[in-house]
Amino acid sequence: SQNPNRQTNPISSTAMLSRGCSSLLRARLGCLPRSSRGAWAGSSLLRAFSSSSSSSSSSSASSLAEMVDSQHNRRRGVPHHQVKPVVKRQKATLIRGDGIGPEVTHAVISAFVAMKAPVDWESFDLQSANEGKLSPQLIRSVRKNKFVLKGPLFTPMGHGHASPDVNLAREFGLFAHVVPVRLLEGVKTRHDDVDLVVIRENTEGEYTGLEHIVNDEVVQSVKIITEKASLRIAKFAFDYAVRNNRRKVTAVHKANIMKMADGLFLNSCRQVAAKYKDVVEFDEVIIDNCCMQLVTKPEQFDVMVTGNLYGNIVSESAAGLAGGVALVPGFNEGTDGIRVYEQGPRHIGMDIAGRRLANPTSFLLASAMMLRDMQLGPWADTLENAVYKTIREQKVRTIDLDGNASTYEFTQAVVDNMELPVVAPDDMKVVLDFFN
Amino acid sequence: MKLSDGLFLECCRLVASQHPEIEFEELTVDNTCLQLVRNPARLDVMVMPNLYGDIVSDLCAGLIGGLGLTPSGNIGTEAAVFESVHGTAPDIAGQDKANPTALLLSAVMMLHHLDLHDHASAIEQSVFDTIADPACRTGDLGGSAGCSDFTNAICERVAKAMNK
Repeated sequence: SQNPNRQTNPISSTAMLSRGCSSLLRARLGCLPRSSRGAWAGSSLLRAFSSSSSSSSSSSASSLAEMVDSQHNRRRGVPHHQVKPVVKRQKATLIRGDGIGPEVTHAVISAFVAMKAPVDWESFDLQSANEGKLSPQLIRSVRKNKFVLKGPLFTPMGHGHASPDVNLAREFGLFAHVVPVRLLEGVKTRHDDVDLVVIRENTEGEYTGLEHIVNDEVVQSVKIITEKASLRIAKFAFDYAVRNNRRKVTAVHKANIMKMADGLFLNSCRQVAAKYKDVVEFDEVIIDNCCMQLVTKPEQFDVMVTGNLYGNIVSESAAGLAGGVALVPGFNEGTDGIRVYEQGPRHIGMDIAGRRLANPTSFLLASAMMLRDMQLGPWADTLENAVYKTIREQKVRTIDLDGNASTYEFTQAVVDNMELPVVAPDDMKVVLDFFN
Repeated sequence: MKLSDGLFLECCRLVASQHPEIEFEELTVDNTCLQLVRNPARLDVMVMPNLYGDIVSDLCAGLIGGLGLTPSGNIGTEAAVFESVHGTAPDIAGQDKANPTALLLSAVMMLHHLDLHDHASAIEQSVFDTIADPACRTGDLGGSAGCSDFTNAICERVAKAMNK
C-alpha cells in the first residue's frame, strides 16, 4: 500500500507489484534481478525459490528467515511473514523558527529529500507572534516523535514575553545543551586545533527569570543552583565523555566569588568525577580565566561542563574560534529521550534574515546528528561527508566564510557532493511484501 | 535577565541620549564574546556590569597577549587604584626576568587620570616601540632581555621623546 507521505517519486502500487513480480520471475528462471542496489536480491531469491518449492513450508520459512536475518542482521527466530523491512520511515518534528530559521530548515528538508532519508516532518511555526508559547499540537508532536529539529527563536530584550527556548526547555525537561565545537578543514582561523564540547546546564542558574523590583532604583535577580540539576549535568557530561571517547571533563565556575551557588555546582561535579576517576580526567577552571585560555590555547580543552550563563558565553566564544556560529551544530537532551537539534550557539541572524544569505552548515550538521541518533547512520554519514567536502573544497562559500554563495547555492553544492547510501528501503519493502 | 540587566540597559540608553556625538550600541554578553573573538576591531569602549566585565576583560587580555601586558584602573569617588592584574609569579620573582609592561601601562593610565597627558603619551609610546623591537623583549614575549634592560630601553626612548 502506498504511504501518502512518501518523498520519493510517486509510483503506483500496481507498478511496484509488477516490479516485484518480474524480479521474482527472473529469479525463478535463474536470472539476476535488474536492480543493482539491494545486492542480496540476486542469489538469495534463487535460494528462496528452490527451497520453497521443496518439502514442508516450515523448513522453507526458517530458511528464508535465516537468509534475511543473515543478510540484514535483524531479529532472530522471527517467522518470515513477520519480518519487517530493514529501514522504516520515521517522523520528526520541525520548528522553523524566526530570522534565518525558515531558510536554513528548508535547506535541511532539501538535503533530506535529495538523499531520500526516510524521515517525514511534522512542521510547526513557534514564532514570537504566539509570544513564545507552545501549542498543544506541538507538544503532542514532540512527545510522540522524540526527535526535533528547530530553527532559532526570537526573544525580546529587556521586556516582553519569556524566551521560547526557555519554554521549550521547561516543557520537555531539556536539561543539557550540548555544543560540539570542532574546527572544520577549509575554515581559516587563528587557531588550528579546536575540538571541544560544551555541555551547558540548561534549566536553572541565571536563567530562572526570578527577578524582583526592590524599589525604583534597585532590582534583584536570583540565581538558583540545585544539587539535583548539578549532579545530573555532571553525570551527563561524564557519560558523554565516555560514550564519545573524550579524555577529560573541565568544570567551569566562579566559586571563588559565588561561593555557595557555584560552590554547590563545583562540588557536584567533583562528586561525579570521583566515580569516573579511572576513566575520565577532571579539572576545574574559573570562567574568566577559562575565556582567556580559550582564546590563547583552545587545544587544552576537551569536554567542558558549565552552568547556564557560562555555557552560553563559552559556547559562543568557542564557536567564534572555530569560524563562527553558523558552522557549529548542537542538541538539547531532555527527559523521556526527547532531543532537540539546532545550531549550537542560538543566534537569530536578524540582520541577514530573509535574504537567503545564511550558512546552513550548523543546521545540516545538527540534522545529521539527529539522523545518527534515529539509527539512520548511512544518511547521517552521507550528509556530514557532503558538508565537510563542500567546506573543505572552499569553492562554494557563504558570506560568513568570505564567499558570496546564497543559502540555496551552498545547499545545492552539498547535495552535489553527496555519495548516496546503498540501502534502498522502497525496493526491499516491495520484495518482502511479496513473500508474505 | 529582563529586569536587572534591563535596568542596566535603560540607564545606559539614558546616558547615551545625553551624548549623541558618541555612537552607542547594545550587545548581549554572549554575542559580545563572539564578536571579540571574530572581529575585535569592531568594538571600542564597552560598558557592562560586574560579572560580564570580569569575563570580557580576561577574554580581551587573552586576545592581546595575556595578563602580562594588560593594564587596569579602579576608579572610585574618593580614590583611584591602578594595578596590573597578573599573578605574583613566584617562580621568576627576584631574578630580573619579569615583564613590567602591565604595571607600566597602568601607571600611564594613572598619569592620564591626573591630566599629565604629555608624560603619559611619551611613556606609553616608548613602551610600545620597545615591545615592537625584538632585541629588547623579555622572556615571556619570546626575547632574552632582562627586566632592567627592557626598562632601560624604554627610559632611553622616553628621554629622547621628552627632549624633542
